[in-house]
Amino acid sequence: MNTTRYKYHNPFAGIDRTLLWLYFTLVIFGWLNIYAAVYDEIHKNIFDLQTNYGRQMIWIATSFVIAMAILLTDVKLFNSFAFFIYGLVIVSLILVLFVGKEISGSKSWLQIGPISIQPGEFAKFATNLALASYLGNIKRNFSKAGVKIAAFSIILIPALIILAQNETGSALVFLSFILVLYREGLSAKVLIAGAIIIALFVLALVLDKYILIGLCALILLVYYLTRRNRKKLHWILIGIFIATSSITFSVDYVFHNVLQPHQRSRINVLLGKETDIKGAGYNVYQSMIAIGSGGFWGKGYLKGTQTKYNYVPKQSTDFIFCTIGEEWGFVGSLILIGLYVGLMLRILQLAERQRSAFSRIYGYGVASIIFAHFAINIGMTIGLLPVIGIPLPFVSYGGSSLLAFTILLFIFIKLDAHRHDII
Amino acid sequence: MAAIFILKLFYMQVISDKYKILSESNVRRIVTIYPARGLIYDRNGRKIVSNEEAYDVMVVPRQVRNIDTAELCQLLEIDMQSFTNRLNKARQYSPYRASPFVEQISKTTYGYLQEKLYRFPGFFVQPRTLRTYPYPIAAHTLGYVGEVNQKEIESDPYYRMGDYIGKSGIEKSYEKELRGVKGEKIVLVDVFNREKGSFENGLYDKPQMAGQDLITSLDLDLQLLGEKLMMNKRGSIVAIEPSTGEILAIVSSPSYDPNLLVGRVRGENFKRLSQDPLNPLFNRSIQATYSPGSTFKLVNALVGLQTGAITPESRFYCNGKASLPIACSHSHYSPLELIGAIEQSCNPYFWGVFKTTIEKTGGGDIHKGYNIWRQNVMSLGFGNYFDTDIPNQVKGNIPSSQYYDRYFGEKGWKALTIRSLAIGQGEILITPLQLANQAVVIANKGYYYPPHVVKSVQGKPTRWNKKQSSIDSQHFETITKGMYRVFQGVSGTGRWYKLENIDICGKTGTVQNPHGKDHSLCIAFAPAENPKIAISVVIENAGFGATWAVPIASLMIEKYLTGKISRTELEERMSQANLL
Repeated sequence: MNTTRYKYHNPFAGIDRTLLWLYFTLVIFGWLNIYAAVYDEIHKNIFDLQTNYGRQMIWIATSFVIAMAILLTDVKLFNSFAFFIYGLVIVSLILVLFVGKEISGSKSWLQIGPISIQPGEFAKFATNLALASYLGNIKRNFSKAGVKIAAFSIILIPALIILAQNETGSALVFLSFILVLYREGLSAKVLIAGAIIIALFVLALVLDKYILIGLCALILLVYYLTRRNRKKLHWILIGIFIATSSITFSVDYVFHNVLQPHQRSRINVLLGKETDIKGAGYNVYQSMIAIGSGGFWGKGYLKGTQTKYNYVPKQSTDFIFCTIGEEWGFVGSLILIGLYVGLMLRILQLAERQRSAFSRIYGYGVASIIFAHFAINIGMTIGLLPVIGIPLPFVSYGGSSLLAFTILLFIFIKLDAHRHDII
Repeated sequence: MAAIFILKLFYMQVISDKYKILSESNVRRIVTIYPARGLIYDRNGRKIVSNEEAYDVMVVPRQVRNIDTAELCQLLEIDMQSFTNRLNKARQYSPYRASPFVEQISKTTYGYLQEKLYRFPGFFVQPRTLRTYPYPIAAHTLGYVGEVNQKEIESDPYYRMGDYIGKSGIEKSYEKELRGVKGEKIVLVDVFNREKGSFENGLYDKPQMAGQDLITSLDLDLQLLGEKLMMNKRGSIVAIEPSTGEILAIVSSPSYDPNLLVGRVRGENFKRLSQDPLNPLFNRSIQATYSPGSTFKLVNALVGLQTGAITPESRFYCNGKASLPIACSHSHYSPLELIGAIEQSCNPYFWGVFKTTIEKTGGGDIHKGYNIWRQNVMSLGFGNYFDTDIPNQVKGNIPSSQYYDRYFGEKGWKALTIRSLAIGQGEILITPLQLANQAVVIANKGYYYPPHVVKSVQGKPTRWNKKQSSIDSQHFETITKGMYRVFQGVSGTGRWYKLENIDICGKTGTVQNPHGKDHSLCIAFAPAENPKIAISVVIENAGFGATWAVPIASLMIEKYLTGKISRTELEERMSQANLL
């Protein structure tokens, strides 16, 4: 009796060990690689506070404290305070637009004393909380249009503000919430339409727009002719045709008139239309050299020349995967990818066993955000996606990113620990 | 998504080699370590060629990116146009290999540049050594060092663009020994082109080997004196140690300061020197050919004695200026025997010797007689190069009988036709080096070692094959007596310049030439017993042999044998004289 009571009151009871270990592994692995990326003969001490790895150690310690704090918090508070936190973040996001510090072209940093923080990073978990809180409410029926609009608004408001800060990468991450909505009953057609639009977007950049429109017309015509039941179908198809044509033209317009020159050339490099290994393509080129030169077993810890000698830019933040690929090789990359896949699958598995909708939705949100970061970041370093500067969760150097992801994950761990409670 | 990543990673990391190679070419820079070129000393161990530090700015065109061109131009003191040209030239040679961009920057520029170099990826500074000459002497013989040209790169894979190679003189003939072996160090550089350490702890580095030092046979003091005496004169002095063939001094005048043909200024100075009407780049000692004049009478006497055509007692009549077919320029009693004829340089006497030699040995066959004469002459070192360490010699000319056949027809010539040869005029051409060698053979009584400039390479003596002439040694003794009288005799042509305690043997020559005043020639060796120095002196368009060449030879001999000059007034007069 005594023991169960004790267990019941233990704030750490019910914590998922798997997630905890995956988290620790990624954070420590990240730290070691930040050390390797920045390592030089002068600052050999891994605890040197003048360097990225020294500072990252402080962030790690801070994260542990915050993780502990979350685990000690009353679990009901997350739902109750979801919109309060969301509002707070939105306000600070707007604040950044006016008083923010501009670092390499994007105005997304808030300077508080000696440290700069990036509210955009915290917007992810705040939005996730708000979305979970909104949709998790038993009164809300997702099939209603009003609820859908509200849900999309919760996602898009912070995304648009972040876009205004010139942080395209972070804004794109918010699109991953569509996966959450899909789990909550969003029609698959929306996902398919989204996929088609993305495909169109890419094709519009590669092919001539008139050829592309012609091609669409042909496909639709063939579809129309092969169908028996053509009632009203022609109207739908004409509608689709108009939609695709306008997308094609608007992509063309957006690409040439809206995108910044550096974004245009990044996309062109990726599509192989531009080969500029000294300019826009330099980052990716050097990054691919780093990873590719790692070989099967890697060059060995602290022996990567590409990253250590600064050939790869941002080698401890957005391009940290280069260090891993170079020094740990294919085996190391495989293990890292395995860790992420394991992390995401475990989160989804845990999310499915939640009794409360709030926890489930929140869990899906966590997995989606991690997935977006993981996919975009690694895709970028190996030249599959355009250069979009977002960190690799838990691994990249950066206080805001590490803290935000820690909060994101540990709220879920806490929620999961209390899955039997009513939240 | 993860599967796609893994596939892509598998391709990049495991299958493809491309990235590995690219990553290596990114960080590895091969730094060539140029060993210091071997030093050159005189026979007494005094340094006559040494090295000084120089810095070349090198460029690897492919690594050049995002640099502030204007700033680099300003640092290197070149303009934009020149910058583009230099970069294009380097790119043409190789985009991946280092080639010189700006050579021999000053120490100050080097200091500035070293600090800012990290801002100019693709550029680095290559230290190397340049020649420097403490004494401005023996320019032609020492030769010069210059950048390799395309042909030299193609013929020897050792050389890379921007390397230096000996272009002439002993710098050329001892190139392999002097240059040493280039070393290679593989260093890792970061994106800013800063050195970060060695590759695999220097496992693949190639050590350099220093160039080997040369000890030449030149005597610095004698060479300095020779150059001084030859100031403002056209001509040459060659002094050789008879017993070894070692050249003690070799002067070609007008000359130039070898420091002019070093490094960055070389091209410009070379152009200037090659356009100089006095032609200072021309190495008269080995490339100018002259008729030997009266000095050749000794050769005719030797051949006459060897073939038995004459004996030391043979006499030929001389009618002074009325002599036929060749007049005599001296007045003396007649007939003279051989020794007296050498002392007096009697033209009719040697015409007699030449005619008798050719007619008697040929037995009426002019070809046979002439060829025997020619073979004997050539055995003394005439008409061909010496197989030695002096590059770019010319052969001179001892005409073949076929030459005269072509000229006069097979039956169209006899001794009388080619009588000029009797007194060293006509078609015969010799170089000052060959002339000095003639003195050597006589001093040695029949043999010589090919005249050479280098005694030893890094302590290892050079070896030369002894050459035996076809003339027996007793005949040399005979003519040596005549040569002795040239200086020591009462009516010798060189008697005014004999030395007090040292007997000199010699022969003067006054060579007519169609281009102006006579050339003044002289050969000599001393001391008469056990000769230590043999010398030839040629002064172009100076007049009598006895007036210019003899006193210069006499001063050189005195300096070498006694270490000083007692006749300072004569030395002054000779060095001050302007005969240009």
